[in-house]
Amino acid sequence: MSTIAEQLRRSGASRRDFLTFCGKLMVAAPAGLAITSFLSPEAVAATIGRARRPSVIWLHMQDCTGCTETLLRTSQPDLATLLFDVISLDYHETVMAASGYDAEHALADAMKENDGKYILVVEGSIPTGESGTYLKIAGRNGIDMLRDVAAHSAAVVAMGSCASWGGIPSSNINPTGATGVDSIIKSKPVVNLPGCPPNPYVLLATILEFAATGKPPKLDSLGRPKFAYDRVIHDHCPRRAHFDAGRFAKEFGDSGHRSGWCLYQLGCKGPVTHAPCSTRHFNEVVDCWPIGIGSPCVGCTEKDVAFTVPIFKTADIIHPVPPNTYPPIAAEHKGISPVATGVAGIVGGALIGAGLLASRNFPSKEE
Amino acid sequence: MDIDRRSLLKTAAAAATLTIIPAAEARERRVAPSDAVGLLYDTTRCVGCKACVVACKQANEMAPDVDGYGGGLYDAPEGLNEYTKNVIALYREGEEQSFVKKQCMHCIDPACVGACMLGAMHKGAFGVVSYDAAKCVGCRYCETVCPFNVPKFEWSKKAPKIVKCELCRHRLAEGKEPACSEVCPRGAVIFGRYADLLADARERLAKNPGKYVPKIYGERELGGTQVLYLSHVPFEKLGFRFQGEEAVPHVQQSVQHGVYKGFAAPVALYALLGAVMFRNRRRGDSDE
Amino acid sequence: MSRNFKILLLLAAIGIMLIIRRFAIGLGASTALSDGYPLGLWIALDVVVGTALACGGYAVALLVYIFNRGQYHPLVRPAILTSALGYSMAGLSVAIDLGRPWNMWKIPLYFRNWNLNSALLEVALCIMAYVCVLWIELTPAMLKPSRITRFLDRILVWIIALGMLLPTMHQSSLGSLMLLAGPKLHPLWNTPLLPLLFLITCLAMGYAMVVFESAISRRHTALLAVLQKIAVFAGIAFVALRLIDLALRSRLSIAMHLDLYGIIFWIEIVLWLMPAMIANPFRGAMCIALAGGLYRFDTFLVAFQPGPGWHYFPSVSEMFISIGLIALEIAIYIALVKRFPILGGMPAQEHSRVAQAFQPAPRHQETT
Repeated sequence: MSTIAEQLRRSGASRRDFLTFCGKLMVAAPAGLAITSFLSPEAVAATIGRARRPSVIWLHMQDCTGCTETLLRTSQPDLATLLFDVISLDYHETVMAASGYDAEHALADAMKENDGKYILVVEGSIPTGESGTYLKIAGRNGIDMLRDVAAHSAAVVAMGSCASWGGIPSSNINPTGATGVDSIIKSKPVVNLPGCPPNPYVLLATILEFAATGKPPKLDSLGRPKFAYDRVIHDHCPRRAHFDAGRFAKEFGDSGHRSGWCLYQLGCKGPVTHAPCSTRHFNEVVDCWPIGIGSPCVGCTEKDVAFTVPIFKTADIIHPVPPNTYPPIAAEHKGISPVATGVAGIVGGALIGAGLLASRNFPSKEE
Repeated sequence: MDIDRRSLLKTAAAAATLTIIPAAEARERRVAPSDAVGLLYDTTRCVGCKACVVACKQANEMAPDVDGYGGGLYDAPEGLNEYTKNVIALYREGEEQSFVKKQCMHCIDPACVGACMLGAMHKGAFGVVSYDAAKCVGCRYCETVCPFNVPKFEWSKKAPKIVKCELCRHRLAEGKEPACSEVCPRGAVIFGRYADLLADARERLAKNPGKYVPKIYGERELGGTQVLYLSHVPFEKLGFRFQGEEAVPHVQQSVQHGVYKGFAAPVALYALLGAVMFRNRRRGDSDE
Repeated sequence: MSRNFKILLLLAAIGIMLIIRRFAIGLGASTALSDGYPLGLWIALDVVVGTALACGGYAVALLVYIFNRGQYHPLVRPAILTSALGYSMAGLSVAIDLGRPWNMWKIPLYFRNWNLNSALLEVALCIMAYVCVLWIELTPAMLKPSRITRFLDRILVWIIALGMLLPTMHQSSLGSLMLLAGPKLHPLWNTPLLPLLFLITCLAMGYAMVVFESAISRRHTALLAVLQKIAVFAGIAFVALRLIDLALRSRLSIAMHLDLYGIIFWIEIVLWLMPAMIANPFRGAMCIALAGGLYRFDTFLVAFQPGPGWHYFPSVSEMFISIGLIALEIAIYIALVKRFPILGGMPAQEHSRVAQAFQPAPRHQETT
């Protein structure tokens, strides 16, 4: 396996395109990633360039292929560059040329060649009902295929909500027993990237971090990389000012909606949804994300929210961190003027003094 | 020494004193009028969005208060004041946190109504405590006696009035509900008939033991208020200073009515004073 | 004009200018009043303490006309004059303090809107009536004998009786004013006895003021010792009532916490008891006036607890308006006693039946 830099040179990919890609990574992962904690795209490029081009095997389980589609909607780098230069996408049922028995051979070869070194990306939920027979790929149960491929991987990335916790197929009544990767794979590090779909740059950053440092990015208690999932949308939303000021869209198409006001009253789940969408938009178009186009967030990354809580039901605010413009229970008001106190003291003292002086002239007995 | 006069004087003195020592007559505890309306505010549902603050300002056509925390840029009052009839305050102590909506409590037996000389503060339709500036002399006695510090005075104006929440009675008259409850997205503050709200509050307490402090503030406090509160933190922390059940005007009016029962005592005292003076005059010379 | 008189006029002039300024720029800009403390110096001092100090007329009238101590008769007129001026200044202070004074005429005339539960209404109407009564009582001193004075003479008994009834009513109602503040009044001051306590303090302070005036004008000084005793007795009764009331309602322990309120409470008590130990009637009277003034001021301002975050101390402008009004009152007093027969007792040529009836026999009359 050559390094990424060698591969880029060999393929003649434009350095400018690669630098643009590194710049995008810096935006996608501004904090918490070793590969992007530099001050310039050039420095990031150098770090990534030194990394060995990682081998990636991509499995589809019970999915809609949306997570692949999100990857396809990148243009910088374009998919070709991505597939061939930055990562080595050795097995991907949607985009690979092979089919049928050739595809199975491709999988076996890829596994043998990079045994213990490839990164397994899983898209789609894994059905566990009826011993897993709801999903059969090349005659095998999906769950068995997953276990098999994961056993020889270096790490597993669960791409999308389905792979992370079961997604749409797992919603009530969950007829297939759909579940996420980390309830099946326990022996390998699993990084969850929930989202329906998640942002592709989050995936790329995660894979490259792994390739460059050999370790996954720092994860939270649900296995999600902190650099992308440590905040709720509400805390980073461009429409937050409208929320704070009490400006809400009340119906789709009303004047508030057309003015771009907060969608909280339309059921936006931003306050309870951990996701990077508010700052990293989709399709490389600014404001191309649900709230940006006026559609309330449905909480697609969160198991307790997405496809469970009705879309138009208003969300709790789990961490109310109000701005400083809330008055306290008892505000401090204007204090006491020292000048006035001084004057009062002088006047009072003078009166009492005068009184005492005058009283001295007054004998206690009758004149 | 004239025994008669002495005993007369003694009796007179005793009688005079008796009319002055307050005879605290039991004054009946008032109940909410049959058509009483009110608000029910639940701190567990409030998210501090302040839509109610904005709506109140708009419905009552009030000026922004930029002198508070607003730094000249934002309408951010420090609390209720001459520009603000409704405000959301924040209580925070370590991990314990709650929002609280502050506005007039529309007491069933209000201190301000008892105080006002010409009835500028009066309990009007639906039991809403209302203000009529035409009868107001700006003495601010209502402001002094309100246990919730609700009425505010327009200190900055040349023709100042008293400012306080009147439950949007101009909207009530049109069959609409108050602006704050209409706009609340969580149903944290709801409007309704007082009896219904009380029942609703009791139901919430019964169905959610442990979620709330087991008390509906305003059910009995200070004689009862038509604005009720449910909270998940102790009410004292939210600025509700007083928990006693006696209506504020109770003692003062018991004393006053005890003394002035039908104006009989002053008339009697006047007659007594006149009688004594006449008697003394007829004596001519003084003695002792 | 003496130098002192000029100083008084200067202070009065400053006060008047500040009053004009108050109306020009509004209450918020000229005072330190706030929503936490809507009643301030003008109410607590000028009205509540001021009217008590102006109860000399009431106090002496009781002594002379009810308890028939005719030898105090010469003190009646100067006391009534002080009362008239004191109450007039108090009324003026209220007019300055009101936010909407143009509605003031509605108080006596809008009787259909009267809230008969309001102690403040009682105070306002009573004081308005009493000011009229006081000036009417002074007319015999200031007008030449005429049809008016003869008519007044006939009804004077009833006017004087009114002049004793009205203060009884409104001074006790002044106490009820703060009773309505209920839980906002500190428990050491909050008692159903407030009306009675205010009545006792106003009588004591009234007598104290009479002692003052007589001492300063050096007239009738022989009578002062007894007045002093009455004031002292009132003080002891006051202290006893207060302490017993607190004990009966189990609040005496609060006074044992020596926080700001506890300390001020005990200062009040000590000031009330001190005159018993002071021989100099002038100083004793000062003590009583101070004790009563402090008690009433505390009830309205210091013991009033609007809640955390609120502070009040009168602004310089507020203070100098009060000072100006007091200076004006004193100046007018001095001018009037020089012009009219007030201090010397009623002259013999007055044909007032009342005067003759209450005039002490010549052997008791003091020669000055």
